[in-house]
Amino acid sequence: MPETLVFYVLSGLAILASALVIGQRNPMYSVMLLIASFGALAGLYIQLDAPFVAVAQIIIYAGAIMVLFLFVVMLLNAPQEDAADWDRTHPLRQPGIARFGALLGLLLVVQLGWALMRASELDVPVAGRVDAETIGSVRQVGRVLFTDYMFAFEATSILILVAMVGAVVLARRETDQ
Amino acid sequence: MIPLSSYLIVSAILFAIGTAGVFLRRNLIVILLSIEIMLNAVNLSFVAFGRSLGNVDGQIIVFFVMTVAAAEAAVGLAIVIGLFRHRESLNPEAFTTLKW
Repeated sequence: MPETLVFYVLSGLAILASALVIGQRNPMYSVMLLIASFGALAGLYIQLDAPFVAVAQIIIYAGAIMVLFLFVVMLLNAPQEDAADWDRTHPLRQPGIARFGALLGLLLVVQLGWALMRASELDVPVAGRVDAETIGSVRQVGRVLFTDYMFAFEATSILILVAMVGAVVLARRETDQ
Repeated sequence: MIPLSSYLIVSAILFAIGTAGVFLRRNLIVILLSIEIMLNAVNLSFVAFGRSLGNVDGQIIVFFVMTVAAAEAAVGLAIVIGLFRHRESLNPEAFTTLKW
């Protein structure tokens, strides 16, 4: 029973923080709330016996990517959205479009609920079939990563290099020449 | 014992929140944050399915998704800085010159 409670607390925290991210006017608060959401998701990963992913989530997402976002928000001096302009001129606030979009969203929710109701094999306990030792160990993750996914791993390093060069080129001032 | 479907429902809700953020917000930084929310929702369902099927591959895909997200954030934020230098605005409505 305590693990069910932990699941509900963590997932509720993740959903609440994510919903507040898109509800804030100040991007600084959005970034902080997203860090909280990522922390709750890391807790869910630990509950799913994936400690490697949980630690990577904290280090890479909360530690690196969000710090990058914070730097940019501070660098651009965090301009706030204009509230009145937001309410009046948003293209999705036009009455016809808003009604059609709400209809499509409702349809999607009904469809998802219906699919989840029908798929009875999804109701199995998530930790039922395999014990935590075979799946949760970092050793197992590393072995598969460096054998079966060797090429993808090396390609990832090239991707990071290209992204780094691209970011430097894009963010450079053009008046330098 | 938590069923797999609970994790999938949480993942679906998070993905919907991210999609709504991309559609509704008009601040480029918050749109990028919403994309991160969507990526995390997908990560959660990958890990949940991997745990349920007893397969490590789910966690490895999540590792790759995180790497791609880092690259995307770096390039995306560089583009945002470049756009902000041109127009002094983060509103996507300010960058519609290529739309016509």
